[in-house]
Amino acid sequence: MAKTMDQYFDDLRGTRVWRSIFRSGTGSSTLKRALAIQQNVFLHLFSTKVRARMLSFSATWYLGTLTLGTFLLLVATGIPLMLYYHPSAPQAYADTKDLQFVVSSGLFLRNLHRWSAHAMVFLVFAHMFKVFYRGAYRTPREFNWVIGVVLLLITLLLSYTGYLLPWDQLAYWAITVGSNIASAVPMIGDKIHFLLLGGNAVNANALLRFYVLHCMILPLAAMFFVAIHFWRIRKDGGLYAHSSEPAVLRANAAKSPTSRTEREKWGTPADAKEGQ
Amino acid sequence: MAEETKDEIKKTEDVNRRQFFMRLGLGSLSIAAAGTAAFSYQFLEPNVLFEPSPVVNAGKPDRYPLDSVTLDVNTGIYIIHSQEGYFSLSAVCTHLGCLTVWKPELGIIACPCHGSKFDQSGKKIEGPAPRPLPWKRIWLNDDGDLLVDRSTDVPPLGRDSFVRV
Repeated sequence: MAKTMDQYFDDLRGTRVWRSIFRSGTGSSTLKRALAIQQNVFLHLFSTKVRARMLSFSATWYLGTLTLGTFLLLVATGIPLMLYYHPSAPQAYADTKDLQFVVSSGLFLRNLHRWSAHAMVFLVFAHMFKVFYRGAYRTPREFNWVIGVVLLLITLLLSYTGYLLPWDQLAYWAITVGSNIASAVPMIGDKIHFLLLGGNAVNANALLRFYVLHCMILPLAAMFFVAIHFWRIRKDGGLYAHSSEPAVLRANAAKSPTSRTEREKWGTPADAKEGQ
Repeated sequence: MAEETKDEIKKTEDVNRRQFFMRLGLGSLSIAAAGTAAFSYQFLEPNVLFEPSPVVNAGKPDRYPLDSVTLDVNTGIYIIHSQEGYFSLSAVCTHLGCLTVWKPELGIIACPCHGSKFDQSGKKIEGPAPRPLPWKRIWLNDDGDLLVDRSTDVPPLGRDSFVRV
């Protein structure tokens, strides 16, 4: 009998090379599947096992995952754009036009980068609203909310620094206005303005500083905090699914007297009173 | 006196070797961190700026007819020839730094960004701008050209804030 696709894949997983990279080996069992998550450098940030309802669309609308998706898209389109862009005052605008009109697929990459940036800001806010209105920021997830606020700021700063790079009139005046807002900080406002721009006005130094912030410092900071954000999901009891929260399960068990096992498992409010 | 000395000796004895080295290590690390912070701050602040000179040559006064307001977009200043004489205003809006424009049909200076409006002497008429447009030092050089120092503010309507030819 001919082998199925799954069997070929299982054979592959048994080969010496595969086993040297992924240690869990052939066959499928709960243990093997758990090990596949736990032994992977990227996936081990997440819970080894997740309830199916936590992964349902209604629990999160996948807003966080989609935000990560746009971020990865931005990294994937941003790096090729860097190959044709010089962050210098005489060339930046010409390079932007070249990307638009001369470089093969440049228009596609640039537009994808721009639309992904808009989508990321939108998704970050949507994710935040979803978390807020679901109450998913509450104990024990307060710290992850704080990390989320940091990530919101990084997202906005990434957008802001990227705004200057085309070096056109819109970019110039947007950054002039934006950096003047920074001057409104009491006492050290003018100092922040000067350090941010590397001068008194938006010029070559500012362009280079914003480029370094946009392509290096802020993406690294984002990755660092994203890693903490994901790891905290596991540490704080998994993704927030309202129906899986202990308090909700207790309340549901109390409401449906037929579900004896649930009641035994979680107790009822009446039990809790007797216990006191 | 003697007792105090005794106490001090006892105090030094309380620090054992491990604690001593711990403090020494943390102390040197803190000094190194403070030094790094200071150096980083100095590094981030440019010592030389390749920015245009604040002093601008605005040309001969007869370029500016009486009762005219002339904007130079490259230097961001107005040269105004009024009945009292020539004076110069910054064209940079005091709100968030946009370049304002002179509206001859309305006789006002207006900012396109957030709608601040100023009169011909820089006084705010309306809008979010927190301060009037500052007056800049203006004088005639030996060649008879008007020079404006953009880095020096002078009192509005001040006697020396005008150039009279």
